[in-house]
Amino acid sequence: MSSHVSHRRGVHPLFHSSDAACVGPQPGGPANTSLRPLTCSACGTLHPPAPTAVCPECLGPLEPSYPPDRPLPSTTALSRRPASLWRYLEWLPFEEEPQLSRNTGFTPLIEAPILAAALGVRRAWIKNDALCFPSLSFKDRVVATAINAARQLGLDTVGCASTGNLANAVAAHAAREGLSAWIFVPHDLEGGKLVATAVFGAKMVRVRGTYDDVNRLCSQVADHFGWGIVNVNLRAYYAEGSKTMAWEIAEQLGWRFPDAVVAPMAGGSLVTRLAKGFREVKEAGFTGDPLPRLYGAQAAGCAPIVEALHRGDGRIRPTIPRTLAKSLAIGSPADGAQAVRALRESGGWAAAVDDLALVGGIQLLARTTGIFTETAGGVTVAAALALARQGHLKLTDEVVLCITGHGLKTVEAVRSGLEEAPLIAPRLQEVEALITTT
Amino acid sequence: MQVTFHLPKVLASLAGSAQVQARGATLQEAVEELTVRFPRLAGRLTGPTGEPHEYLLFYLNDEDIRFLEGFDTPLRDGDEITVVSAVAGG
Ligand SMILES: Cc1ncc(COP(=O)(O)O)c(C=O)c1O
Ligand SMILES: [Zn+2]
Repeated sequence: MSSHVSHRRGVHPLFHSSDAACVGPQPGGPANTSLRPLTCSACGTLHPPAPTAVCPECLGPLEPSYPPDRPLPSTTALSRRPASLWRYLEWLPFEEEPQLSRNTGFTPLIEAPILAAALGVRRAWIKNDALCFPSLSFKDRVVATAINAARQLGLDTVGCASTGNLANAVAAHAAREGLSAWIFVPHDLEGGKLVATAVFGAKMVRVRGTYDDVNRLCSQVADHFGWGIVNVNLRAYYAEGSKTMAWEIAEQLGWRFPDAVVAPMAGGSLVTRLAKGFREVKEAGFTGDPLPRLYGAQAAGCAPIVEALHRGDGRIRPTIPRTLAKSLAIGSPADGAQAVRALRESGGWAAAVDDLALVGGIQLLARTTGIFTETAGGVTVAAALALARQGHLKLTDEVVLCITGHGLKTVEAVRSGLEEAPLIAPRLQEVEALITTT
Repeated sequence: MQVTFHLPKVLASLAGSAQVQARGATLQEAVEELTVRFPRLAGRLTGPTGEPHEYLLFYLNDEDIRFLEGFDTPLRDGDEITVVSAVAGG
């Protein structure tokens, strides 16, 4: 087959050949893609599906484009679909249901009355993405959409720059779909995150430097090798995965919105996409509730988004991360400015908490809900406490806390603060002795 | 000072190559010199008032120029300037 023909095959029917020339599918792919085309969020130009996240005209971010007149399901039809993030297909960047990573999403939303009392709010729920499949963090959502984009664009190697959870997710999804994976992480990641990547057989590379150094390298890697780096050249498809968390919260509450949602921030993509998801639910007419106030959480040792919001200028000043919360340690957040805007427009706010508070947050969540979260979840709980004390979360509020990763991934963060278990001989008297001394 | 720019793919086609040489005492001067030689880069490295383009990050050797003096950062012979899209990561 001539290269001319293979170039045509992947072009979306929306596009004339002159449009296709501006991005152009990569050699070797895409075949029979059901990927939605991309629009530039800065200049509005339309581009065919491609492994590129940047507008060739103005360098702005590309976003999947959804025809406003596409058929949409009713809430009843949605409720009959399988319990995964794919039930919101009409709001995801595929025209037909993709075949990879079918079981991701639709994680539990659990009411947490004891935590609500501790926060001093009317009701509280945990959106428990520590149970997201297959790799136990919300990053499974973004990889579910990105890996299907990679497949449909004809890419056989995927990869990422990661603070840990994304590494786990890309390695796991790639392994079961038979794709090669190249994973780039900062050199000082937690042992659990390294093991939970390497076990899947991915090629993992530790880079001397911070996440931001890793990220810069991955931009060059994506350009140079043409791989599908999920959060670089597949970012337009990747980012849409996050917003399914908002859709699930609304549906699981019975098609209504809470008053407030608290979520952790690293690159700032999750909070930005939560705002988009809630907006879409409202635009679909599934609830008449006012949009929730969104609250962002960061660790004090790496809080460029919180600081930009608190300063008021909304401009991100990059920072060198120094925090236990390595999953949130992004000093130069790609969506920082959009995150500030999303929080502000929602009527919400943001808080940064120190490492001691984040460890306290992990323990408070564990002891009030039975949920063990990693450092990012500790930051979220501690930030919710701080926001409640500052009066941002109120006595009348219904609040959802987004818990985005599992605690077994970062045991070292809490281990030192826990009481050591007494060691005894297998004798009843020794247990009796323990009871009298405690 | 003679320096080397490493451009992202989206800009490389406009300069004919991903690696291009430029001259200047500061990053600002080097960027200006580059856009004179490659007019299609005009407005694609800088914003409306000559500041670094909002969707790009510039690194001098391994350092983000926002930790240095931005476009006013002085250059030395042989410096490497890496330009990448800011729409990446997280
Ligand atoms: C567990 C966890 N929660 C939250 C985030 C933040 O996501 P975002 O980069 O979209 O702000 C991350 C990012 O790596 C993460 O690993
Ligand atoms: Zn554009």
